[in-house]
Amino acid sequence: MANRAKWTPYLLLLPSAVYLAVFFAAPMAQAFGLAFQDTDNNWSLDSWRIMFSDASFNEALRTTLVLIVVIIPIQFVLAMSMALVVNAKLKFSGLWLYIYAIPLGISELAAGIIWYAVFTQQGWLNSFLQGLGVVERPFIFLSYENQGWLIFAIVLAEAWRATSIVMVILVAGLQGIPRDYLEAADVFGASSWQKVTRVILPLLRPSLQVALILRIILAFQAFAVIIAIAGQALTVLPAEAYRWYQDYRDPHVAAAYASLILFLSIASTILVLWLVPTREEQLG
Amino acid sequence: MANIELRGITKIFDKKVRAVNDVSLTIADQEFMVLLGPSGCGKTTLMRMIAGLEYPEAGRIVIGGGDVTDLPPRKRNISMVFQSYAVFPHLTVFDNIAFGLKMNKTGKAEIVRRTEEAAELVQLSPYLERYSAQLSGGQRQRVAVARAIVMEPAVLLMDEPLSNLDALLRLNFRAELKRLVAELKTTTIYVTHDQVEAMSLGDRIAVMRDGKIVQCGTPMEVYERPATEFIGGFIGSPPMNFLKVRLERVDGELRAMLGSHGLPAPAMLADHADRDLLLGIRAENIEATPVDGVASQDGLVSKTLVVELLGAQMLVTGEIDGQGIKVLVRADAPIKPGVDLLLHPELDKLRWFDAESRNEIVVS
Repeated sequence: MANRAKWTPYLLLLPSAVYLAVFFAAPMAQAFGLAFQDTDNNWSLDSWRIMFSDASFNEALRTTLVLIVVIIPIQFVLAMSMALVVNAKLKFSGLWLYIYAIPLGISELAAGIIWYAVFTQQGWLNSFLQGLGVVERPFIFLSYENQGWLIFAIVLAEAWRATSIVMVILVAGLQGIPRDYLEAADVFGASSWQKVTRVILPLLRPSLQVALILRIILAFQAFAVIIAIAGQALTVLPAEAYRWYQDYRDPHVAAAYASLILFLSIASTILVLWLVPTREEQLG
Repeated sequence: MANIELRGITKIFDKKVRAVNDVSLTIADQEFMVLLGPSGCGKTTLMRMIAGLEYPEAGRIVIGGGDVTDLPPRKRNISMVFQSYAVFPHLTVFDNIAFGLKMNKTGKAEIVRRTEEAAELVQLSPYLERYSAQLSGGQRQRVAVARAIVMEPAVLLMDEPLSNLDALLRLNFRAELKRLVAELKTTTIYVTHDQVEAMSLGDRIAVMRDGKIVQCGTPMEVYERPATEFIGGFIGSPPMNFLKVRLERVDGELRAMLGSHGLPAPAMLADHADRDLLLGIRAENIEATPVDGVASQDGLVSKTLVVELLGAQMLVTGEIDGQGIKVLVRADAPIKPGVDLLLHPELDKLRWFDAESRNEIVVS
């Protein structure tokens, strides 16, 4: 009996461990292997050299980072406001939660196509502007010459698509904050703004940390939305990995890109853990 | 420093539950008022309305002459000690105590001075850099108290501040709290369901039941002259004894009869002759002696069922004509289960209650 109890937790962990090993760890090791081999399967750094010296590399890295730096603060401010609205227990707050959560059910590619349909030459935005008489001919938002509009459209699409996942995490965190803390803040003179900055945000730290890590990792992997909206006009790291694998038929350089994304994800996770620490003694 | 006036306060939850029902109460400046009652009686709701955390459906709340009914908590010049303490886990003891001062933008030097002073008052000075999770329950309670008193509020509200402490700590803190509040001279409202706390702390006690104040008076008044059977039963340990008696005229004298025995009843009860009444008497106001030989006509005879030694005293549970009665006697009294006792209640401590309404019939 005692023996069985001892092994039970490991037995319960086994299925997920196997799943992770087969579908994540193994391909990851394989990708690492590919990245450090040349086409004749000899160990070499050729793929990395090709990647770093590639003309698109700098642009892909820069765009990826710009998107992260622009999108994530927007998403967190939005998600926090939405979470506070949902949590305020106003009339129809349940309805708001459902409305906010709609984009959660839409795939990345579909979301990209929706926003492409908004911004394209014959899209809704151009029809609307023409209808109002603001423009005479359709304005071409999504072209290589209009990098600003490309970024703007992608930021909008990503914010629309992926803010709700942050909101869901924050709502769950908010609901875990005992009402007494907020009432104590009220009694001791905190304004609404002070309540958010001095009480809610610090208490929400564990949730913020999780959401931040999740979002940054997903942002490094953002791909379908960008392809759908910008096509070849804009490139990011995952798009380069795809291109090297699919168009140039070079899995080694593609694997180097994938490894770089993994490395950046790990580095940013460590950075978040360091910048937004959750200290044991500060948890309620 | 301020007096508080509650005028016809009503709170309705979910459009039908009257948690507080038309309560009016005046609390004097510097008074320590205890709201006492069983759970669900509305005492916490009433306090939360004074704090501004709930909004009354009807009535006005006036603090220090100013109507605060429509003001948010932070504009009411009140402080509160929460039952859960609500000590912020992300702040140190110092920052917790200083929270209110920081919110209203007090000067830095003054924050430090007042916070350290308040910490000193509740003996928290060595712990200022600690976080809530590193404190014991008792220390957390002190943080909550210090955070409230540092604001030097006009009104201090305390919601069952001792209920989460173990028995010994509770006893110590009760005395400490009494000293502290007496020193501060702040008008205080204190919510509790513990009648011992209420008796020991309050200048006055407002006993609540079903959303109404059923009696308000000094601890001694409430203890000695409970206005209803409920209050007599709720306050005091053991609770007041209630015996169903029949008022009869025997040889021209009014007597409260219980079976074949009886007690003299005051002449003022003449209107109630030949009717049933409830007789209230505290356990410590009964003299009990073992029956030896012939029982006298005066006094009641009870059969002893259980004897409990409480230390300084002994609690005897007996039965008179099928009705239970508890008597406190000296610890060394020669009383054992099965022994018949002759009970002589102190006649001036007898309280009479209407058998129907259960309200006291005042006879003196």
